[in-house]
Amino acid sequence: MANVLTGAARRAAAAPAARRRRPVSLLPRARRNAGAWTFLIGAVLCFSFFSWYPIVREVIMSFQKPIYGGGYSFAGWSNYVRIFRDPTFWQAWRNTLEFTVLALLLGYAIPFIVAIVLNELRHARGYLRIIVYLPVMLPPASALVLFVYFYNGQYGLFDDILHFLHLPTSQWVLQPGSGFFSVAMLSVVIASTWMNMGSATLIYLAALQNIPGELYEAAELEGAGIFRRIRHVTIPQTRLILILLLMLQVVATMQMFIESFVLTNGGGGVGDNTLSVVMLIYQYAFAMSGASNYNSASALGVVLMLVLAVFSGGFLWATRERG
Amino acid sequence: MASLVTASTRSRAARRRETSSERTLISSVALNRPRGKIAYRVTLILVIVVFTLVFIGPIYFLFTDAFKSTQEIITPPPTLVPHSFVPSNFTTAWSRLDVGRLLWNTIYYAFGALVFQLVFDVAAAYSLSKLRPVLGNVVLFLMLATLMIPVTVLVVPQYVTVANMPFFHWNLIGTPEAIWLPSVANAFNIFLLKRFFDSIPAEYVDAAAVDGASPLMILWRIILPMSRPIIAVVSIFSLVAVWKDFLWPLLVEYGYTPTRETLNIGIWQAEVGVPENLLIAASAMAAIPTILFFLIFQRNIMAGLTAGGIRG
Repeated sequence: MANVLTGAARRAAAAPAARRRRPVSLLPRARRNAGAWTFLIGAVLCFSFFSWYPIVREVIMSFQKPIYGGGYSFAGWSNYVRIFRDPTFWQAWRNTLEFTVLALLLGYAIPFIVAIVLNELRHARGYLRIIVYLPVMLPPASALVLFVYFYNGQYGLFDDILHFLHLPTSQWVLQPGSGFFSVAMLSVVIASTWMNMGSATLIYLAALQNIPGELYEAAELEGAGIFRRIRHVTIPQTRLILILLLMLQVVATMQMFIESFVLTNGGGGVGDNTLSVVMLIYQYAFAMSGASNYNSASALGVVLMLVLAVFSGGFLWATRERG
Repeated sequence: MASLVTASTRSRAARRRETSSERTLISSVALNRPRGKIAYRVTLILVIVVFTLVFIGPIYFLFTDAFKSTQEIITPPPTLVPHSFVPSNFTTAWSRLDVGRLLWNTIYYAFGALVFQLVFDVAAAYSLSKLRPVLGNVVLFLMLATLMIPVTVLVVPQYVTVANMPFFHWNLIGTPEAIWLPSVANAFNIFLLKRFFDSIPAEYVDAAAVDGASPLMILWRIILPMSRPIIAVVSIFSLVAVWKDFLWPLLVEYGYTPTRETLNIGIWQAEVGVPENLLIAASAMAAIPTILFFLIFQRNIMAGLTAGGIRG
């Protein structure tokens, strides 16, 4: 940002001087700039309408209320007060946190382990890489509809497997109960991990292939076993990508929507036990009859935006390269 | 970046060659010992079996359950091999869910979005990289800053904006433009394309400019032919993004007759009131194009995923 400003400032300062010295160059320069802006304008308009303006508008809308007969008036903090008083708001945050933690336990560690194993294999590598990534390419609704069937309490595959293993069967996503690690949320996480883990695995795999072999060689000569080599060579060498993916994954899982939405058919589970924050934004804005309100939804959107910004900023600050 | 990528792979290959072949966590010496050989074989077979069960297993059910009769699918326990064989599930599902139209809608939205993104984002990245207009850096900064703000938190103001565009007062809800135009506001595309264009030496552009080529000509004749790899990466990301998107098409294309929905929304909507086997047959049909697309372009997709950068 500093660079941008000083660059622009320098150019602004230089412009009048150049104009005084060489008045002839003004016209071609204006024409060149106009030409360059013609190339830029389409994207700038799209960013203005669909990205920059909505960001500002979300904040504005969160402080407004609709007036009877059309239009909006200033509403102070009332939208925020309303959503903070809504018990579903706290429930949704708790669920989202639950999903994020579970998705990290499964979806962050497993791809790394899988990538380490795949990187050691000398056979069938192409095949394994393709099948790990295949679920990522399915339309998410197709994959989730399949899991709805697997999770079915009467004729689903997963209950049949539990039955076969003489374990108690479960209602899976529709299992009531709202402890912090509920069966319902775990079911959502399993489906989500299956659908999404391919990309993380392939990214780790690429990072692992960049580790210089001599580091392992040296570690082995020093007498380090497999696990110490992982701890002292593999993890430090892939630290940057591990940190980056951790952050991206937390930000992505905090926005969970489709998994719970399709698995519970838009309902959010028994007693809202898989309702996420983004689902609540959707419900506030579009689904609740009567209470349907863009302004409350905007206030919730602002809260989510702030939480994610504070998380990303804090995370980047805490993991910055020291020294 | 073409040169960058090949340079980095070349140096990696060179590094590999210098160090004892392809040394990874476990040395090939250890693997060639008798005990190592057995352990490797066991692990290999275990990995292949477990991975096939976990990743191909569900997809196997996606395609076999689609052939089962309604009676068979709702009778526990689930059968591994279908006892009934009802290929007409596919034709019934096709007409009942209007899969043909859903498929056409999705393709139409995806390729339209691709065209819009290629035209506007390539032009913008070219302008920011080579033409460098006044305030270009400010625009670039503002574009990249949007990477910090996750898309889903903005759905409400975006929806309200699309329903009544400022200045124009167009209502884009229900039109393909409601998907095409917002897809252009993709800072990741701009970032990838600009970084690539930056790596193309200025001499090419200057030489062409001296010969009197217009900026458009330079883009078309010099920049684009050199940028095929990055265009491929951006195109694949863009197609897959529209194909997989759910929340946005649910808001802007839902509830029209004849349907304007995408495959994802159509399948979700059929969860209620359509028998399980028909739903799975429709899901299988929806999955076939992406599976084929993936198998054909898997090299580009995986290379794009790892070389082109990381996105969620």
